[in-house]
Amino acid sequence: MASFDIDKVRKDFPNLRTHGRDDKPIIYFDNAATTFKPCQVISSTHSHYCHRTANIHRGVHYLSEQATASYEASREKVRRFLNAKSMSEIIFTKGTTESINLVASSFARKRLKHGDEILLSEMEHHANIVPWQMVREETGCVIKVIPINDNGEIMLEEYRKLLSAKTKIVSVVHVSNSLGTINPVREMIKDAHAAGAVFMLDAAQGIACEPIDVQEWDVDFLAFSGHKLYGPTGVGVLYGKERLLESMPPYQGGGDMILSVTFEKTIYNRLPHKFEAGTPNVAGVIALGEAIDYVRALGWENMMAYKNELLSYGTRQIQTVPGLKLIGTSPHKTTIFSFVLDGIHPHDVGTLMDREGVAIRTGHHCTQPVMKRFGIAATSRASLAFYNTTGEFDTFVTALKKIIEVFK
Amino acid sequence: MTVHSDELYQQVILEHNKHPRNFRVLSSCTHEAEGYNPLCGDHLNVYLKVTPEGVIEEVSFQGDGCAISKASASMMSVALKGKTVAEAKALFDEFRKLIMKEVDPAEPSAQLGKLSVFSGIWKYPSRVKCAILAWHTMKGALDERKVVSTE
Repeated sequence: MASFDIDKVRKDFPNLRTHGRDDKPIIYFDNAATTFKPCQVISSTHSHYCHRTANIHRGVHYLSEQATASYEASREKVRRFLNAKSMSEIIFTKGTTESINLVASSFARKRLKHGDEILLSEMEHHANIVPWQMVREETGCVIKVIPINDNGEIMLEEYRKLLSAKTKIVSVVHVSNSLGTINPVREMIKDAHAAGAVFMLDAAQGIACEPIDVQEWDVDFLAFSGHKLYGPTGVGVLYGKERLLESMPPYQGGGDMILSVTFEKTIYNRLPHKFEAGTPNVAGVIALGEAIDYVRALGWENMMAYKNELLSYGTRQIQTVPGLKLIGTSPHKTTIFSFVLDGIHPHDVGTLMDREGVAIRTGHHCTQPVMKRFGIAATSRASLAFYNTTGEFDTFVTALKKIIEVFK
Repeated sequence: MTVHSDELYQQVILEHNKHPRNFRVLSSCTHEAEGYNPLCGDHLNVYLKVTPEGVIEEVSFQGDGCAISKASASMMSVALKGKTVAEAKALFDEFRKLIMKEVDPAEPSAQLGKLSVFSGIWKYPSRVKCAILAWHTMKGALDERKVVSTE
């Protein structure tokens, strides 16, 4: 892969040079939880606070104008990244969770009636379950669950059976954080629309896996977080079709989301500002724009080809570990390796891995229904980004084999 | 790999994990409670048979969990047998202080005996709850609380 110089790429991520316990160099395999940030993102934040601090949209002074321009330039970068029709459709939030809550609160709560149905899949993150349960409490709507098969894939026939005139919202994860499965969302969106339902996509993981074209996919709402896309924490995006966003009441009240306020009447601001009450995460939004620039410069094709190599290498290697069972074995998956070991609890695996300098995640990964589906309490999960290497994977597999020896 | 000399996964812990003592339901128990660690799904029941004089005659446990929680429960069951309720609660305090590093881990209280193998666990804050789950559950059982959670 001449177009992807891994050594050069790794130099962009200072965190890759961190040492952990006992001064061992860290192998970071917890990218599904959060990714490392390239220098470009870090220096953007640094430089904002050193030289460009100002609030946006209100000041007439130089710094405020500069900050506003950079903030709105980031919105344009996100628009282009998702191929949204208009900047009005890009709302900055705290992250995926807030984006989903915004839709649940401002869209679903107003529209859903007793007996209306929301479809979720069995592999949803708790952030794409609980907000809808809160809608259910208020409206009396019904939540139905699309089952998954033994490979950890959505059962499309079952999904189609569940769709009906009662289905108002389908909210499904693009890429599962605990299984790695990449769901056939384009097909699912078409099916949802045929039934007259609105489709929300939780792209928390998906955003870093493959290019998304919201117009071509015809998705109605989409949520993602900056920090899983090599950007900072505390900033995320809600994409929504303009006509849907227009029809929704504000999520929160405050500054910046109004045109005028009197004690008698307040006139709300136009999109997208209607949904951005209060001073937003200005530095975070600007740094997210840098992260998007970074990904675009690296190129989706290069990144995806490299990650696919990591995936096939990793899948081969991890299966040489005796007594290991992969959870999530779809042929359509990303570089997430969720697994259980015979007779060894994931938390012991996690701690012993940490001793070797390998950072993995253990637990239920905020997807307890997935654990229940597979009849397990927890898994160990290694999740790789494009800056990880096959050499790091070898170290990880060697450590796994040694852990098994310890427990023999 | 440094696993063999690791302060946390010592042989005694690995051995108790593999062959837990008193790993059964105690049908004649006078006290029992269910302990749960929502973070990792560790889940165990502790059973105690206490005489009218307040002596712990038998202790047992059953459940699922990591090596740390299982070994801790197993070693606790051994340590508590024959102790009075007051002594058990005092030992709980000593154990808690040790793993929270409220006392010098290099000089654990003599009462703790073999339990001092857990002295290195303060270095792993996310695992402290695994080690203390059985103890909290035991105390909950003695205090007539049926369900105990670490969160």
